[in-house]
Amino acid sequence: MATDDLLTTPIFARHEALGARIVPFAGYALPVQYPDGILAEHRHTRQAASLFDVSHMGQATLAGPDHETTARALEACVPADILGLAPGRQRYTQLLNEQGGIIDDLMVSRSADPSSEGRLYLVVNAARKEVDFRHLALNLPAAVRLVPHPGRALLALQGPLAVEVIARFAPALREQPFMGLASARIGDIEVSATRSGYTGEDGFELSVVADRAAALWDLLLNEPEVKPAGLGARDSLRLEAGLCLYGHDINEETSPVEAGLAWSIQKRRREEGGFPGHRRILSELQNGTLRKRVGILPQGRTPAREGTAIHDSKGELVGEVTSGGFGPTVNGPIAMGYVVSDCARVGTPLGLDVRGKTIAGTVVPLPFVAHSYRR
Amino acid sequence: MTDIRYTKDHEYIRIDDGAVATVGISDHAQSALGDVVFVELPEIGRVLKAGEEAAVVESVKAASEIFAPASGKVVAINTALEENPAIVNEDPFGNGWFFKIELADAGELAQLLDEAAYTDYIRDLA
Repeated sequence: MATDDLLTTPIFARHEALGARIVPFAGYALPVQYPDGILAEHRHTRQAASLFDVSHMGQATLAGPDHETTARALEACVPADILGLAPGRQRYTQLLNEQGGIIDDLMVSRSADPSSEGRLYLVVNAARKEVDFRHLALNLPAAVRLVPHPGRALLALQGPLAVEVIARFAPALREQPFMGLASARIGDIEVSATRSGYTGEDGFELSVVADRAAALWDLLLNEPEVKPAGLGARDSLRLEAGLCLYGHDINEETSPVEAGLAWSIQKRRREEGGFPGHRRILSELQNGTLRKRVGILPQGRTPAREGTAIHDSKGELVGEVTSGGFGPTVNGPIAMGYVVSDCARVGTPLGLDVRGKTIAGTVVPLPFVAHSYRR
Repeated sequence: MTDIRYTKDHEYIRIDDGAVATVGISDHAQSALGDVVFVELPEIGRVLKAGEEAAVVESVKAASEIFAPASGKVVAINTALEENPAIVNEDPFGNGWFFKIELADAGELAQLLDEAAYTDYIRDLA
């Protein structure tokens, strides 16, 4: 495997020692799976707790003089209500281009610590961080600076038992709300913990300085409930959870409304606009879109992968699969894709072109596996 | 030792008796693919040419084509894989076989890798 010119995370030696299969992803050498395999890692995440190294994700702080200044600066780039983001809370949003297409999707959090007033903490996709940081830097007012954190790692502990593991070290995090942000100590390691993830399960993402990341990894992996999981399980888990993967389910052409992400555009922003592409997006919210992202359940066992053409019952081309594969918890093939809005209603029969044959499929509600977030 | 041969695409073919041979994927292949979740098999009676796409094996991550290691007619398929494709991972040379063909020309197998040559081949890949 030619991984020589790839970046590595601070956990890389641990992945190799565990016998992980390493693959290139977004310029990094990362574990796609450990010896147990993707199915076992996926199931362990749904039943217990899995530890993921997601240090390739881009972390950064937006720093301004006060919350209002920083929030308004970010609101010029995203459609979420950032001004109304309470201290200690996190929100999902998208960086938009002038056409309302998605430059990237990201998490934004605001610390509850008064000494962090005017700061917002961002997590963006690995493959997009250079694009995002350049875009933000170009669009920020002089009073607000973007400070990337290449020296920070990110570990995700995901699954129904993640809270038991975390609370053993940091009891206060047991009561942390979904999409909450708090500082904590795991052992003697300082972390910034959010109750979030990319699996549909309860769990935490822990931001840590790079030189303590391996120690944090060891500490958590030593707990009896915890096993490592790689990018393969991360992808099958997020697909079952109906979560978008940037560059596949969303890109610079898709709007948040088409992508089914309108829930992330809060009321005040719908009323006031003032974000890139707001004319298109407000019109789509009012009048609907030509196409929509939907969940698709193929009949039988054949997976319908990304790029699979979708036809309606008359054989007309109506869309394309953007993420598709095998859902280990569903125990069958699952897919997401865009179809013309006439075909987006739950229950609509579709035809999926797989290797020259038509596989029957049906539009189903997302997610495929119910979310188990802490409420 | 039965006569087993390999392709550079990691299919194996093993002569059962005279004219009929069993086709599957090597242990190296199943390990590289990871968990197999779906196998599409050829129809019985289909006549395959050596190198022709004959089946598809899908892991969680991706779909891969299986090529006929030799020419011949498909005389049996392993329908157990439809219900439980994981057998390919558990027992690739035994219960995880894909299909059987009646060889058109057993001489074609001489062009494939024998056990020793295949072992060298996958060692060089690593």
